[in-house]
Amino acid sequence: MKTTRRDFIKIGSMGAGSLVIATSPLLNWVPGFLKEDSDVLDDSKLKRTATYCEVCFWKCAAWTYTDKKGKIVKLIGNEEDQQSNGRLCPRGTGGLGMYYDKERLKKPLIRRKGKRGESDYFEEASWEEALDLIAENMDRIKKEHGPECVALFSHGSGTSHFAHMLKAFGSTNIAAPSYAQCRGPREVGFDATFGESVGSPEPLDIRNTKCMVLIGSHIGENMHNGQVQEMSQAIDNGATIITVDPRFSTAASKSKIWLPIKPATDMALLLSWINVIINDELYDKKYVEKYTYGFDLLKNHVKNFTPEWAATETGLDPNKIREAAYEMGAASPAVIVHPGRHVTWYGDDTQRSRAIAILNALLGSYGRRGGFYIAEKFKIPKFPHPPYPKPKRTWRDAFPGSYKLVHEVISSGVCEATIPNQMVRPEDTCSFKAWLVYGTNLLSSLPDINNTLEAIKHLEFIAVIDTMPMEITGWADVVLPEATYLERYDMLRSLKHRKPSIALRAPATKPLYDSKPGWWIAKQLGERLGLHEFFKFENIEEELDWQLKKIGSSLEEMKKVGVKTFDRTYDDLYYRDGEELEFGTNTGKIELYSTALAEEGYDAMPVYTKHPQPASGFYRFIYGRAPMHTFGKTVNNPYLADLMDENSVWVNPKVAKDWGLKNGKEVWLENQDGIVSTFPVKVRVTERIRSDAVYVVHGFGHNNKGMGLKRSQGKGMNDTEMITNVMNDKISGGTGMRGNFVTFLLEEPEKKEATV
Amino acid sequence: MAIDTKKCVGCSDCVVACQTENNVPHGYSRDWIAETVEGTYPDLAMEIRSERCNHCDNTPCVRTCPTGASHVTEGGIVKVTHEECIGCGACIESCPYDARYFHPDGYVDKCTFCDHRVKNGQDPACVSVCPTHCMYFGDLDDPNSEVSKKVATRKTKVLAPEAGTKPQIFYLI
Repeated sequence: MKTTRRDFIKIGSMGAGSLVIATSPLLNWVPGFLKEDSDVLDDSKLKRTATYCEVCFWKCAAWTYTDKKGKIVKLIGNEEDQQSNGRLCPRGTGGLGMYYDKERLKKPLIRRKGKRGESDYFEEASWEEALDLIAENMDRIKKEHGPECVALFSHGSGTSHFAHMLKAFGSTNIAAPSYAQCRGPREVGFDATFGESVGSPEPLDIRNTKCMVLIGSHIGENMHNGQVQEMSQAIDNGATIITVDPRFSTAASKSKIWLPIKPATDMALLLSWINVIINDELYDKKYVEKYTYGFDLLKNHVKNFTPEWAATETGLDPNKIREAAYEMGAASPAVIVHPGRHVTWYGDDTQRSRAIAILNALLGSYGRRGGFYIAEKFKIPKFPHPPYPKPKRTWRDAFPGSYKLVHEVISSGVCEATIPNQMVRPEDTCSFKAWLVYGTNLLSSLPDINNTLEAIKHLEFIAVIDTMPMEITGWADVVLPEATYLERYDMLRSLKHRKPSIALRAPATKPLYDSKPGWWIAKQLGERLGLHEFFKFENIEEELDWQLKKIGSSLEEMKKVGVKTFDRTYDDLYYRDGEELEFGTNTGKIELYSTALAEEGYDAMPVYTKHPQPASGFYRFIYGRAPMHTFGKTVNNPYLADLMDENSVWVNPKVAKDWGLKNGKEVWLENQDGIVSTFPVKVRVTERIRSDAVYVVHGFGHNNKGMGLKRSQGKGMNDTEMITNVMNDKISGGTGMRGNFVTFLLEEPEKKEATV
Repeated sequence: MAIDTKKCVGCSDCVVACQTENNVPHGYSRDWIAETVEGTYPDLAMEIRSERCNHCDNTPCVRTCPTGASHVTEGGIVKVTHEECIGCGACIESCPYDARYFHPDGYVDKCTFCDHRVKNGQDPACVSVCPTHCMYFGDLDDPNSEVSKKVATRKTKVLAPEAGTKPQIFYLI
């Protein structure tokens, strides 16, 4: 009888070692199957604890597996979760590296002498002393300047604890770089068109789409888990993918059409697509007629933006431009022109996002199967507390008349408003005196590092709360070590999705070292600031259980299931055929012509702006993501550093030949403002990049030796250093970062004083 | 096993999952990502593959092993009994796929197809975590298995066919 490959399951361990010839006398008596694999994991003997991931903002629900000794052994996705569908990405799977990283922040630190930024002066302190010091400074600033002068910069799930504490204290200046340094322009652009922003996760029906267009969005390299999974399903279903990217990205390699666009000319391509889709009548006529406003104005506006015109700007083949438009038209309405996520590029980013929104509107994909679905979010009741005090001032006072269409806080705006000489009217403005920085390395996430440092110089106090020491940590007066997500509770996760759902994060183990969970830190600060009424729970379990019981569940139940999914209130994922709809715009229609933008004095329809192109010997500096890393926060993770521990600079072979560059050669980059990278970066010669641009993966080149990051210190280059030309988007406040050009230095430059 | 190169994005989740499942020490791995780019800008093609031991039908690693530590189990999985391995490295030299490494504890280690999981009816760790579902694991001798159907209906290739090892991982191209 032939043994089939699965038969050994039935044979079991009987035969597993039968071919083994024992050579060790001590082990001779042991049957082969026992000698083998005695240390393998047996899932049935492991304990699992519910969590949701904190390695990126996707927050996939997962299980933390611990062995008999309570040691964390692995992380596996929760199958009930719509974000992960039971499968984490490499960062989620390697998330235990955050817990095991020996270079974590371990004890509260206080800078007792010396200047800010000289990390050698930190001394370990007790929690009592460190918390007292933060509370004293906050109280003093409240008395002298008002509570609004304290700002919070944050990223991650723990934000809610600190935001609650700061709102109770009297400040609403709570900013996240994920807005103005990332998706801000998209939110304003879509809001101006559809009356609602895109939000996270993007409600894209990728798995049902017939055609997806990616414009500078590198799914697969950005590991937005659910989207990567659905793109794979779309490929299986035979969907057409069109990728616009100056780089032959992973997604480009899976695309039917790759448009290797000249950087900074995307608007020309988008306008020409609108032109073709309107003139060749590829749009969804019924949908456009019923739901949109300003079609004739738009038609007239784009009449000269032909593919032939766009070809002269973008360097693309006009026939290919047309072919792509026809693909979209054929797939309509099951088509997605992806809104992207990191869209702060050239300063006209709200308008570019508007052009993308308009395309989706013309193709009738918004609210349609295979386009954008109607997402629902579960509303969790808030633990009772008194109303927050009404602040007298906000960050907006520093920018009178500006950003009226912005609904979030502009982090770079708070940074600007911290520097007194940049104030417009000092008497009106919220001159920031203290920053609390939670889970975001501002020196890497905000462009123009020197500007950020200038702001820090003007602060009376700065505290950093994080799990890992980052560059910003060195500039703190007080540093608090937070427990990692595997060691702590956080608030319930409620994300909008196809179905509303909640997820629990519970600790799988006790915090290592002297780290503490964020909720505890925020409550301790709140109590010290006299805000007890806002923290009337003994611990977070009480708060969570109260919330869960209000919605018919309990902490006990959530610990068992991890994720709970609810029924939708609107019973269809998509608009019903011919349904009467009112959109949240001035006209109640999808605005192809934006009345809101017109009111504010901006272009009501997107226009093309010619942006500078690189001078001879310079190359446009493009940055992006690698699937195993999240910004700079994972590069010290031992599992993820194992996969990629430094970035390289991608150089086209023609450019490499001009400069005599070989693969692996170390070069320094110098930008248009004469800024030279602190560390060298290895050249990667590849056909996958245009010859007028270079590319690096963001988040490397850490320079934090004083804080003890040995694994990632000086590995690769820090792309943020090169971003000194910031092209501000006046509409959204987004900081355009793609207008920088670099050249190569083949020899080590003379060392200037390091800035960070 | 079959791996769909049209879906793989090279995220390396398979690599990390293998490391945590099998306690592979940092700096080593039983599987890895390979990327091949062909053509010149802008006429390019790229293939991304998750690679590991091919669990060949014709096994130079087993033939060259002097102690019998390297062996083939009934199911066709090529394994190393750590206790019997003397770390001579003959198998590493003979493997055309560079699929084996010296474990710091003094033996040669490699992919086991997570047979400890397969015995319990689970997929290997790499297959079970892959966000793109690009890997298929099962009985290649059973024409009705998903993996056999994929291999039968798609264009496939194996790595280094010229080595004559009859690899049992098929790449769907």
